[in-house]
Amino acid sequence: MLSVEKIHSYYGQAHILTDVSLALSTGEVVVLIGRNGAGKSTTIKSIMGMVKVTEGDISFDGEALRGEPTHRIARRGIGYVPEERRVFTRLTVQENLEAGQQPPREGAPRWRFDDLFDLFPNLAEARHRLAGTLSGGEQQMLTIARTLMGNPGCILLDEPSEGLAPVVVEQIIKVIQQIKAQGLPILLSEQNLYFASLVSDRAYVIETGRIRFSGTMHELEENAEIRQQYLAV
Amino acid sequence: MSVYLVQFLSGLASASALFLAASGLSIIFGVTRVVNFAHGSFYMLGAFFGYTFVREVGGGGIGFWFALLLAALAVGLVGLVVELVILRRLYKAPELFQLIATFGVILIVQDVALWAWGAEDLLGPRAPGLTGIVRIFGTPMPVYDLALIAAGPLVLAALWLLFNRTRWGILVRAATEDREMVAALGVNQSLLFTGVFVLGSMLAGLGGAIQLPKGGADLLMDFGILAEMFVVVVVGGMGSILGAFLAAVLISLLNTFGILVWPDGTLVLMFILMAVILVVRPTGLLGRPETAGHKAEAGFETALRPAGPHYKLFIAAVLALLLVLPVLVGEFYLILVIDILVLALFATSLHFLMSTGGLVSFGHAAFYGGGAYAAALLVTYAATPFELALLLAPLGAGLLALVIGWFCVRLSGVYFAMLTLAFAQVAWSIVFQWSDVTNGDDGLLGIWPSAWASGTLVFYFLALVIAVGGIFLIRRVIFAPFGYGLRATRDSTLRAAAIGIDIKRQQLVAFVFAGAMAGLAGALFVFSKGSVFPDEMSIPRSFDALLMVLLGGVESLSGPFVGAAAFTYLHDELITFEYWRLLLGLTIVALVLLFPQGLAGAAKHYLGRYLKLEAEPTGAAVTKREVREA
Amino acid sequence: MSEAAVKPNPAAPSLAVRHLSKAFGGVQAVRDVSFDLGKGELLALIGPNGAGKSTCFNMLNGQIRADSGSVSLAGTELIGRSPADIWRRGVGRTFQITATFPSMTVAENVAMVLMSQRHELFSFLKTAVQRHRKKALELLDLVGMTGQADRPCGVLSYGDLKRVELAVALGNEPSVLLMDEPTAGMAPRERIELMGLAARLVRDLGLSVLFTEHDMDIVFGHADRIIVLSRGELIAEGTAEQIRSNPLVLKTYLGEGQIYGRKEG
Repeated sequence: MLSVEKIHSYYGQAHILTDVSLALSTGEVVVLIGRNGAGKSTTIKSIMGMVKVTEGDISFDGEALRGEPTHRIARRGIGYVPEERRVFTRLTVQENLEAGQQPPREGAPRWRFDDLFDLFPNLAEARHRLAGTLSGGEQQMLTIARTLMGNPGCILLDEPSEGLAPVVVEQIIKVIQQIKAQGLPILLSEQNLYFASLVSDRAYVIETGRIRFSGTMHELEENAEIRQQYLAV
Repeated sequence: MSVYLVQFLSGLASASALFLAASGLSIIFGVTRVVNFAHGSFYMLGAFFGYTFVREVGGGGIGFWFALLLAALAVGLVGLVVELVILRRLYKAPELFQLIATFGVILIVQDVALWAWGAEDLLGPRAPGLTGIVRIFGTPMPVYDLALIAAGPLVLAALWLLFNRTRWGILVRAATEDREMVAALGVNQSLLFTGVFVLGSMLAGLGGAIQLPKGGADLLMDFGILAEMFVVVVVGGMGSILGAFLAAVLISLLNTFGILVWPDGTLVLMFILMAVILVVRPTGLLGRPETAGHKAEAGFETALRPAGPHYKLFIAAVLALLLVLPVLVGEFYLILVIDILVLALFATSLHFLMSTGGLVSFGHAAFYGGGAYAAALLVTYAATPFELALLLAPLGAGLLALVIGWFCVRLSGVYFAMLTLAFAQVAWSIVFQWSDVTNGDDGLLGIWPSAWASGTLVFYFLALVIAVGGIFLIRRVIFAPFGYGLRATRDSTLRAAAIGIDIKRQQLVAFVFAGAMAGLAGALFVFSKGSVFPDEMSIPRSFDALLMVLLGGVESLSGPFVGAAAFTYLHDELITFEYWRLLLGLTIVALVLLFPQGLAGAAKHYLGRYLKLEAEPTGAAVTKREVREA
Repeated sequence: MSEAAVKPNPAAPSLAVRHLSKAFGGVQAVRDVSFDLGKGELLALIGPNGAGKSTCFNMLNGQIRADSGSVSLAGTELIGRSPADIWRRGVGRTFQITATFPSMTVAENVAMVLMSQRHELFSFLKTAVQRHRKKALELLDLVGMTGQADRPCGVLSYGDLKRVELAVALGNEPSVLLMDEPTAGMAPRERIELMGLAARLVRDLGLSVLFTEHDMDIVFGHADRIIVLSRGELIAEGTAEQIRSNPLVLKTYLGEGQIYGRKEG
């Protein structure tokens, strides 16, 4: 349903992505794996229209997204969870969720406040606290919940485990599995192969802005050469 | 006793208009990150529109208030046009371009207002039903003041509800923190920005309109309120509407009581209050510490590199041309080139502060004018010889920079910039008002060089040596350990502090050095013209410097020189027209929209590759931020 | 670790931290924290995000002033001193997010430290171009970055920036090094290489290091000792083995052990 075909992206003059293609289908979790600076976040930001894409096509449910402004891409049903937990620190948890609210979408699961508070019990308790006072783990949960409030048709999850305590990463794994169980496809960017292997069905390996490998998670785990060469494990 | 009570209430009354205007400025900055210099102009327009609407539809009690609301709406409409036509294209441009563009709007509005309402001060209409006075324990007080006192808290409450109880308000607050994220949640940023800009403009317009019965409307309102608004925003804490309210009350009370105690010293009192608050609470009364994202980015990511061989050759050629110039052109053009040299030194001193220090000063003319006045006062009152005055003037300007800078470097980014403007306005006011010493608006006259240097030719060479010497000195400092240390504070305050650099001290010394160099330019100026007027310290002169830096482009040190030449040419061409401000404003706006790199920047961009203008390619087409995000 | 050349000596602490506390507007960020950093020791500070690790670090290097408590550096009280002063006394620091001067070259970044250390920053007329280049290159050699000495820091890869930061931190010849998540954002092999390099330098130069880290393989692989912070309080202290089996640590931080302890790498 989400398809990226042969895109080239730039930051200013710098050519960051070359010929990147990937696809995400209903109900699957796909990981985009690579080192810091390999182009993971740029790929996700390219899909969101936050980075200049000069060539190629991006489409979701058959509708072209390339060149559209970010907010329209979001309204088409692409949910974006940024790296580094960009919650609105001076808004309460409740207000953060309200900021993410969008009308329900046909063919996508619908999330109400109560559904999210079931999924994230910690947030229910902290409902009226300022997001800036939450712990890092709680903030990461809040960014995911905020995105779900938009009733997206798919989710782009940018490095959700980075810099978080092991116990929080375990919670995130559970959340990803629960979202997946709702039929929502997830594109995950990650550099931790171990974490990726616990949640993903398929993988793309990216290095210096090019896709170097695509296949099932199992195939990647079997392919020591690729892992050595591009993931430095 | 009752006198004090009435004075107190009167202070509260004048706080309302100030609060309305300042809150609008704060809201606009919060979301769009644009410091809207034209905000004072919107306030002024509010007053003029109010004047007209009250005359047209203002019959009766309801009509009057309806007219004021109409005025606010009309200013909102002006804001809408400014946002759609100009600012929308500049949100991603460096901050300097936004500032210059809004400054262009100031000039345009000034001339349009002059054309539409004339040069005479307009007496404000009285509010029907509220024309009388009440006696408070026997002391009379206008009834309208009571209405004004109510207006402030009413608007404060309305804004609170808007921002805390509506989805739009929540989105605005969210966008204040992270506007890209808000867009990623499906919110149309452009619409939000436009809405916020219109709201802020309307608040300014309303502020100007409601003070009409008290203060009337005139063409000097824009800069007057601008400095006060900046003080309110800095003292109250940027982004805090309640803080703005408290600060507006505090400053207005200070003004009204100050007049009782020390009629000539209200500005000095304001200065002291601001200073005390900033020393105790650098973030203002209710402000939060500035986060990294709020940093004023003047658009200097790259560094100056030592000159390459071709560039050195080019500079040598220009210098040679300047040396033989007297043979080639007549006296008229020599005087013109003297003007350019003086302005080039002035602009280079600002460029140094901005590019190497990352410190954008909106009040640099305080030191240019400061140097000019220092020299003029020394000559007038101490019969100081020309040579000594020329030497002492930069010291005087440096001293002024030390005092102002001591406060300003406590803040950073846009707060720093606003504070420099506020201080510069205070300095201007002192020169303007202290007529016993400075002759006020009539200026100081008859400040000529010694006999040996009074001929145009000799003075030309003197100016050439001093200005070029000054520019080379600045360049030398940029590549000295001091300049590197300063650049370090610009690049990363975190790292700079961690390797033992005293950031504030490094910045303060840079500020003083830049101030002294501007003062040197000012001294040259006063001796070339023979007189000095308060205009040389005014906000528009500070903007001239910013404009020169912009015209020349921010990325090269020859930029300010090119900028000074372009500016002088532009100014001389336009000044002959009656509505020259309008033309200059339109030109500025057009230039900013068309040449976002500045003239020299654009030229260098196109020529640079062929001419090898720099010692080595920096490889810095990719900036740090971009790589990190990639 | 095998490269333990100098035996850590906790009996002679480089840094003695006692009863450190800090509150931000009513929220107790750090409460009564005491520990020693032994000479030559690699001490890891771990704990959930928001447990107060950064606040602790910032108090140690003077960026935040502690409400109460004391930090003693070989007998000198550090609380109340400015970051610059503490740095001059030999407490270096690296940051979680790399902080370099992007407009300067790698060598200039290191030379900046040397200029600051030698009190040259208010020199107006000497030139800073090529200044202290030899010494800077020596430092860069330690971290294997001489080959990129003349590239602007703004274009370096993340791992290389981390190396530059290490050279910058060593420029002041510190006795204590505070490293805030030194391997964050790096690939597994890079992590191991960088931490191996840091550990080797630390042993060779006889430094004492306090570091935070979320990669448990790095922590368990390199730290001589580990202290655990949770909700501002020290909840555990000990060797990797002791920490790994501490029920409180498992509950508040380590979890079920799903995501560390990988076999490869």
